[in-house]
Amino acid sequence: MSVTGIGASVRRREDLRFITGKGRYTDDINQPGQACAYFLRSPHAHARIEKIDTSAAAGMPGVVAILTGDDIAKDKVGGLICGWAITSKDGSAMKAGAHPALAQGKVRYVGDQVAVVIAETLAEAKDAAEKVAVSYEVLPASVDTARTAAAGAAQIHDVAPNNTIYQWHLGDKAATDAAFAKAAHVTRLEIVNNRLVPNPMEPRAAIGDYDAGTQTFTLYTTSQNPHVARLVLSAFIGIAPEHKLRVIAPDVGGGFGSKIFIYAEETVCVWAAKKVGRPVKWTSDRTEAFLADAHGRDHVTHAELALDGAGKILGLRVKTTANLGAYMSTFSSSVPTYLYAPLLSGQYAIPAIYAEVDAVYTNTAPVDAYRGAGRPEATFVVERLIEVAARETHRDPADLRRQNFITKFPHQTPVIMTYDAGDYAGALDKALKAADYAGFAARKAAAARKGRLRGIGLCAYIEACGIAPSAAVGSLGAGVGLWESAEVRVNPVGTVEILTGSHSHGQGHETTFAQLVSGRLGIPIENVSIVHGDTDKVQFGMGTYGSRSGAVGMSAISKALDKIEAKAKKVAGYVLEASSEDIEFKDGKFTVKGTDKAIDFGSIALQAYIAHKFSGQELEPGLKEGAFYDPTNFTFPAGVHVCEVEIDPDTGATRIERWTAVDDFGVLINPMIVEGQVHGGIAQGVGQAMLENTVYNADGQLVTASYMDYQMPRADDLPSFTVQTIETRCPSNPLGIKGCGEAGAIAAPAAVINAITDAVGHENVAMPATPQVVWRAAQSAATKVAAE
Amino acid sequence: MYAFNYHRPDSVSAAAAILAKGGDAKLLAGGQTLIPAMKLRLASPGEIIDLGRVSELTGISTEGKVLVIGAMTPHAMVAGSPAVKSAVPALAELAHMIGDPAVRARGTIGGSIANNDPAADYPAACLGLGATIVTNKQEIAADAFFKGIFETALGDGEIITKVKFPAPEKAAYAKFPNPASRFALVGVFIAKTGSGVRVAVTGAGSNGVFRVPALEAALAKSFTPEAIAGVKVGSDGLNSDIHADAAYRAHLIGVMAKRAVAAAH
Repeated sequence: MSVTGIGASVRRREDLRFITGKGRYTDDINQPGQACAYFLRSPHAHARIEKIDTSAAAGMPGVVAILTGDDIAKDKVGGLICGWAITSKDGSAMKAGAHPALAQGKVRYVGDQVAVVIAETLAEAKDAAEKVAVSYEVLPASVDTARTAAAGAAQIHDVAPNNTIYQWHLGDKAATDAAFAKAAHVTRLEIVNNRLVPNPMEPRAAIGDYDAGTQTFTLYTTSQNPHVARLVLSAFIGIAPEHKLRVIAPDVGGGFGSKIFIYAEETVCVWAAKKVGRPVKWTSDRTEAFLADAHGRDHVTHAELALDGAGKILGLRVKTTANLGAYMSTFSSSVPTYLYAPLLSGQYAIPAIYAEVDAVYTNTAPVDAYRGAGRPEATFVVERLIEVAARETHRDPADLRRQNFITKFPHQTPVIMTYDAGDYAGALDKALKAADYAGFAARKAAAARKGRLRGIGLCAYIEACGIAPSAAVGSLGAGVGLWESAEVRVNPVGTVEILTGSHSHGQGHETTFAQLVSGRLGIPIENVSIVHGDTDKVQFGMGTYGSRSGAVGMSAISKALDKIEAKAKKVAGYVLEASSEDIEFKDGKFTVKGTDKAIDFGSIALQAYIAHKFSGQELEPGLKEGAFYDPTNFTFPAGVHVCEVEIDPDTGATRIERWTAVDDFGVLINPMIVEGQVHGGIAQGVGQAMLENTVYNADGQLVTASYMDYQMPRADDLPSFTVQTIETRCPSNPLGIKGCGEAGAIAAPAAVINAITDAVGHENVAMPATPQVVWRAAQSAATKVAAE
Repeated sequence: MYAFNYHRPDSVSAAAAILAKGGDAKLLAGGQTLIPAMKLRLASPGEIIDLGRVSELTGISTEGKVLVIGAMTPHAMVAGSPAVKSAVPALAELAHMIGDPAVRARGTIGGSIANNDPAADYPAACLGLGATIVTNKQEIAADAFFKGIFETALGDGEIITKVKFPAPEKAAYAKFPNPASRFALVGVFIAKTGSGVRVAVTGAGSNGVFRVPALEAALAKSFTPEAIAGVKVGSDGLNSDIHADAAYRAHLIGVMAKRAVAAAH
């Protein structure tokens, strides 16, 4: 390992600019002549638009234009799309309602875009928006995940009767029913996986620009995948052909999935830029972010686990209703299906699994992928079931898990996935030791002497990262391929630019990707630049989500580096007057086998460009190579998290006292960055489990639309974490990487709820387990004990 | 934010003169509620009178057994004041529990009690200690000052200048914060004074801060947590919202009251 190569905890090269205010985010960019956009949003969850009168508003100071759904329809701008087709169990296609970028005829959630006011200043746009007179016929709203498909609920899209988008299933129903029929014990749980608001630090923003001379559009936007945004805006929404649309995603301050999607606002900004002949900029405020960013989770699930008399799992059966909100966001359909049910085997050898998933519309913000996307929901189901099963059958929860772990690889689950590598017992053993599991009883007794309830909870999670290979996701309905691209440009002086289709919005690619290159080429990390986020620079890419940038994005770079090395060896052969087969490359030096002839990488780069030592007929000058990498499988990070809580039974106040994580992410590129990802993931998972409460009232008003009511995790909500790793190399990519970005958020909720339910002695603890929820659970457990 | 006229007087009388002109004027006394409301376009005062330069309104002094705090004294100054820590340590502790460091640096005692947010901390201290609110026109006892949610006894053109707190024998504030906002979900201020025990509750009441006579009577007999263990606080008149229902709040009043009594010093 070199000091800056793979495995080194290199300090994040991008942080100096971020923490000194030198980052350049979309809102930092201003174009000459730029106007400001403000979106007039629906105050109603469900209403028919009778009339929009913009006449008074149009005369307000500074107004450039006021555009509505009629204008966007007249210009034949297409609606927003959902890019993953799901087929119902009866063979019918999913029922996707139209999603115009500005409402046409109807609004379907509070925050739905009704009109855009473009003015010289934002204040003028807001003033004018207040003068836009919209008459609504308010309709009853349907907001409840569990009841929106029932008779009598308000109907949201004509194409989707009973507000049902699809009724999908996976697995073998007959085999699963048979497994339950012979079970000695069945554990049953009703689970609500609570809706979350993503809350990246930087809100979404967009600048649309149009150059009438070249008829070229430019969109600056807060995107995790600018090329996908360009593809969708061109091929589906029809703003401009791809070669006439440049999408730039500059520094982006966090996404967590919410910036994957192609939203109405950026669509409108780029369309309106041509219409008004000026650059148009929109920056979301925090209230808009709450109302109109795609939310996460929101499942209601009935789950069952069948065990034989010895504790062996026989089968698992799940019926889930997934709330997709008022419109289908870009990848919404895939989250509660292929990103969820295939993970229901967890780390366990389960002979039979059957999952049914109904996706439904409600009059709430659209729901799509959010850190973990389907996998936290699946893990919560599996890890709550096994924990409760252990308690019900009086087994140690760690032992019951161990008994059922998959131990041989590759392992084919009954739900699509082929797990390629792992050591689940190894992670469990290490976690139990690090958490001092054996000493828990003494800590619980000590807490009891102080009048506190102490509990411990495990979560042995698995996730599927990389989201690939393309042919596989294509067979499951994906509208895109999920490979990644890279280009390595070696300059004549030996410095290197890496162009990647991955996108960094907090992950630290400028550091980790450069580590790969520095180690591989034996050059200083300072000599490597990472270029991303601009469709004019990087030819194509699939972007960053699903913990895929290491496993897929860096593998593409690695593949391109293979080609660079091969070409450079040929150049070295000419320069060193040897056969290229006799050239060896190590630590940045080319040598001729068995001689002391050597030349460094920078000199070979120069030779490649001056081309004095070879003819262009023999070898092309220059040193630049590209690669597209499509993996052979998903990757399967897994691990065990142990949470220990202490509860004040008088108030329900809960403190996390200890947290131990042992994760298997395969090969680590930068252990410090990995640890940071784990910390952040746990924080978000704890947020879901204990703090973040998204509440729509019966009228569909978002009650928790600010930090006064919506609690994000804060430093003092969290303990110091014990973070350790084990390593089984991932066989599905050349670098052995599995991915680490989502693990914490996937593992944490079940670990927390298992700990709290252990402490209070009552399984009915809903997320978020606020003090009131925990106090009630402790009260009813105490009442139950007293009654017994 | 809507446009407004901005005034920055340097005396109470100058501020009062601007206020007297009407024009939908609002006093800016820290702005921890007003400014966010204006930014959200929920408040649209035509005139903003910034009291930040009225130096006579800031400061802490002791007059015999009475602690006097200027209306524009920020929470951080109260929290760190040796005079407050000596005369009414519970008040310094309460001030330290308000919001976060930025809020405590900008927010003021006068701004807080004039706003009378039903979950604010200072109203509990004023009512619990039997404070006197001094304005440019009169002196108002705390018992008469807090009139309901965001309502006070302040009349038109009236400016709080200082708050007088009689030093108690002992006192404490026990706060159970709203997990999101860190305002009081339930806050209980208890003071043992020469003339009896006062118990004031904030955060819980659907009509703002209030006293609890049953707890006061029990504590007057015996100022111990055990004395109120059997006193049932009813949930009538308490708030139910997404964070806590009335029954939970009623329960928390009892728990926080016991903790305040135990902590009183």
